[in-house]
Amino acid sequence: MRAEKYPRKTAATMSYINKPKFKHPQMQTNDIGLTRRDYEGTLTTLCGGCGHDSISAAIIQAAAEMSLEPHRVAKISGIGCSSKIPSYFLSKAHGFNSVHGRMPSVATGANIANKELYYIGVSGDGDSASIGLGQFCHIVRRRINMLYIVANNGTYGLTKGQLSATADLGSRTKSGEESQFDNIDMATLAIELGASFVARSFSGDKKQLIPLLQAGLSHKGFAFIDVISPCVTFNNTDFSTHGYKNTWENHIALSEVDFVPMREEITTSYAAGKEKEITLHDGSAIHLHKTSNDYDPSDKENALHHINAYKKQGKIATGLLYINQSTSDLHELQETVDKPLNSLGNQELCPGSEALNDINNTFR
Amino acid sequence: MSELIQSSRVTGLTKINDFVVKFANVNGSGSASANGMFAKAVFRMGIPISPHNIFPSNIQGLPTWFEVRINENGYLGRREGVDLIVAMNEQTIGKDIASVLPGGYVLYDSSKTLANELLRDDVTYLPIPLKDICLEEFEKPTQRQLFKNIVYVGALSAFLSIDFKVLTELVSDQFRGKEKLILPNIHALELGHQYASDNFDCPLNLRLEKSEKNKGKILMDGNTATGLGCVYGGATVAAWYPLTPSTSVVDSFAKYCKRLRIDAGTGKKKYSIVQAEDELAAIGIAIGAGWNGARAFTATSGPGISLMQEFLGLAYFSEVPIVLFNIQRVGPSTGMPTRSQQGDLLCCAYASHGDTKHVLLFPANPSECFDYAARAFDISDRIQSPVIVMSDLELGMNEQICDPLNWDDKSRYDRGKVLNAEQLEEIERYGRYLDSDGDGIPYRTYPGTHPHKGSYFTRGSSHDSYAAYTEDGTVYAEVMDRLTLKMKTAVNYLPEPEFSETTSNKLGLAFIGTTTSAINEVLDSLAKKGITPDTMRIRAFPFHDRVTEFFDAHELVYVIEQNRDAQLKSLLKIECNIHEEKMHSILSYDGVLITAQHIEKSIIDSMSDMDASGEVPA
Repeated sequence: MRAEKYPRKTAATMSYINKPKFKHPQMQTNDIGLTRRDYEGTLTTLCGGCGHDSISAAIIQAAAEMSLEPHRVAKISGIGCSSKIPSYFLSKAHGFNSVHGRMPSVATGANIANKELYYIGVSGDGDSASIGLGQFCHIVRRRINMLYIVANNGTYGLTKGQLSATADLGSRTKSGEESQFDNIDMATLAIELGASFVARSFSGDKKQLIPLLQAGLSHKGFAFIDVISPCVTFNNTDFSTHGYKNTWENHIALSEVDFVPMREEITTSYAAGKEKEITLHDGSAIHLHKTSNDYDPSDKENALHHINAYKKQGKIATGLLYINQSTSDLHELQETVDKPLNSLGNQELCPGSEALNDINNTFR
Repeated sequence: MSELIQSSRVTGLTKINDFVVKFANVNGSGSASANGMFAKAVFRMGIPISPHNIFPSNIQGLPTWFEVRINENGYLGRREGVDLIVAMNEQTIGKDIASVLPGGYVLYDSSKTLANELLRDDVTYLPIPLKDICLEEFEKPTQRQLFKNIVYVGALSAFLSIDFKVLTELVSDQFRGKEKLILPNIHALELGHQYASDNFDCPLNLRLEKSEKNKGKILMDGNTATGLGCVYGGATVAAWYPLTPSTSVVDSFAKYCKRLRIDAGTGKKKYSIVQAEDELAAIGIAIGAGWNGARAFTATSGPGISLMQEFLGLAYFSEVPIVLFNIQRVGPSTGMPTRSQQGDLLCCAYASHGDTKHVLLFPANPSECFDYAARAFDISDRIQSPVIVMSDLELGMNEQICDPLNWDDKSRYDRGKVLNAEQLEEIERYGRYLDSDGDGIPYRTYPGTHPHKGSYFTRGSSHDSYAAYTEDGTVYAEVMDRLTLKMKTAVNYLPEPEFSETTSNKLGLAFIGTTTSAINEVLDSLAKKGITPDTMRIRAFPFHDRVTEFFDAHELVYVIEQNRDAQLKSLLKIECNIHEEKMHSILSYDGVLITAQHIEKSIIDSMSDMDASGEVPA
């Protein structure tokens, strides 16, 4: 590489509006000396009030609190409003806005190439439940170690409000179109296909969403979060099950989660029998507060039963729905070397001419 | 019966080391390994051979043929007409016997009487009671079935004078580690040899004599070489969906990785193979891995190429290196899945919607399959764009004599323009798609390289030099123009066309890939008629300048290819602006390898047509 040929100073030619770089001098820094600003992305181009912007904000806060190194994250998405989200957080991380419905395969390849990064996949209900449903199913089966977020608004926003496959039977969009078909529930699907961490949340409930994001990032294996994220422009009517009103009124937390990063000494004490602690692979922990329904997220059948039972009552079960920490990820299953595959060079990969001559001899 | 056979014998001229043996079998009857043993034995006697599988898209029951051309001159293309048929399939025996040239031979299982209408008086019958022999000699039903094939190979060794020691050595090599199988196999060979020697005048008028023509050569199929080339080329990620005839590329990669890519200390794997849910996912995985700095590939055929179009456009426009092997089969649609064609040239050259163009490589033999596979990763990393290696079923799934595979231990992988953390430190502002060197190729970074420099957003939507989204038409056009420049630069890294020594400035032959196997024979044959065209074997797309120069230097060039629509000719017209009148198409698209006879006849016919109209380039 001829670094000297690289232009040292180049004029900005950004065609989008630059975000102001101003930082408040007293802005708090985290354990690795970064402020919240260091976790932000570019200025959003989504509609004002879009649930997706709250997801970006929650990811920013979750990552900043966890002191994730932004550049050790890779953000991958498909196509649609949801898939724009990775632009709006962690601009120091590489991002990949791929093709519609195919984020899972791109994320799979990226993860195989370098197992040392954090992978955040962001998709939508059109992207993951319709055009990409096949890829979604198979990335779950393959146990890719990543956090997979579906920003679920029950509608196709970019093409002006058609119903999506997650829209509940009878739910109506702004134009009055009513869903005539049963919906696909991404969370129960993920549980059935073997995802080892499945949660559901609401973009409007930061208190619930942030610890779930943190737990999902710390979980080793495939972590899935279905985030109800209302589309203010096309699917926020009183008759939509994916609007703010219905979600606020009807989402019920099966579990309440606190996330305790690994470096923090656990000092909080709870009254005996009132909480459960789950230690994650990286040493961090999830504290589950006991709720009135005495929910156990380690029981798959129980999880499916609760979600479906609430659904019958028109309620949306949220929180950590299912967790299993004893599964292996793809790298463990395939027994790949400890070093990332993308770091291996000639020496490690090329068997050389002597071995080739031996092979030639088997073809004589 | 034997009287009948004797009376129907036609004495032909003795053919030494120049004939075609064809085996007609039932798919799934275990004939493949016996037939392969026959071919390998002839190869080990030093005589050039070219075996061709003509098989059905089926697991068991349908007809399958194995055709072995034996030719001392080294003509490795197919030749029409059969000199000896081993007719083991009752479904096709009528057609099979009819395919034998007058003076030829029919070896068949005489445990069952041959129907009268199958008797010809211009061929010699070689009845051997294969089933009866095996019933008497072997106990297990599977052995009785499988050894029929070995017995006829033993008989052929007497008929054609194959060195019996070569056969027994082959058996020992083949069953190394399974010693229990060696003796019964040799016994079966001896039974056949004995029966033929006792009952017929051996050898026949077709016979083999040891030669030195295969010195130093190997006998290998293209897909095995391709998979091995990926190991040597540093591929660590293979994602694929099973599809004939590409499947054995990944099989080979897996086989050699298990042997050569295991970390000595830990026993862990320095590779990953993912059998994807479909071809879309396969190429998506390869693209994700390529983006993240691993060398990744997928292997497929026509139907898979159709499915991969959208992703190919993404890789082209977002500039992600990946290698794709297209082992072409007969289309359109499902077509003939187990037959060969060069029918995907146009759909690969410009794969995906919008303005796109992709690098294609055209290997012609297994050694090149190995070289091009390894080299494709360097080219793809260098130009940050997909490289599609265009093999075909003929090359991929048939063994072919070729030079041994070669690797230069001094060579190092060219990972292209990738900035590391130190290099990023020196840069004021990084732009993923800035053309700093003026060659159209920008600098890339791998995710995770530097805490605050070098990150960018990869996207298939329009972007500027800094990878930011743009709908500014001028900026978009600049990127598209740079990609055009990049493809021009790419030509410098591609294999140049290969030319014969110039003997004529009138006539030329241009061709790619497996058509090459027929060319020597065409040239020798035409030379006898005083016609001496020059040849150009094109080895890559986009075309090198020397391709255009070849057309400029000749009055008429026959463009020889294996598809209906003259796709190579179209590409030459589009890319090199070559005038229609300068090119004459010779096409073959029946699914089997083009023959020298067809090419020669087409040339002669077209020349006499032109002669009649006074247009011939004399």
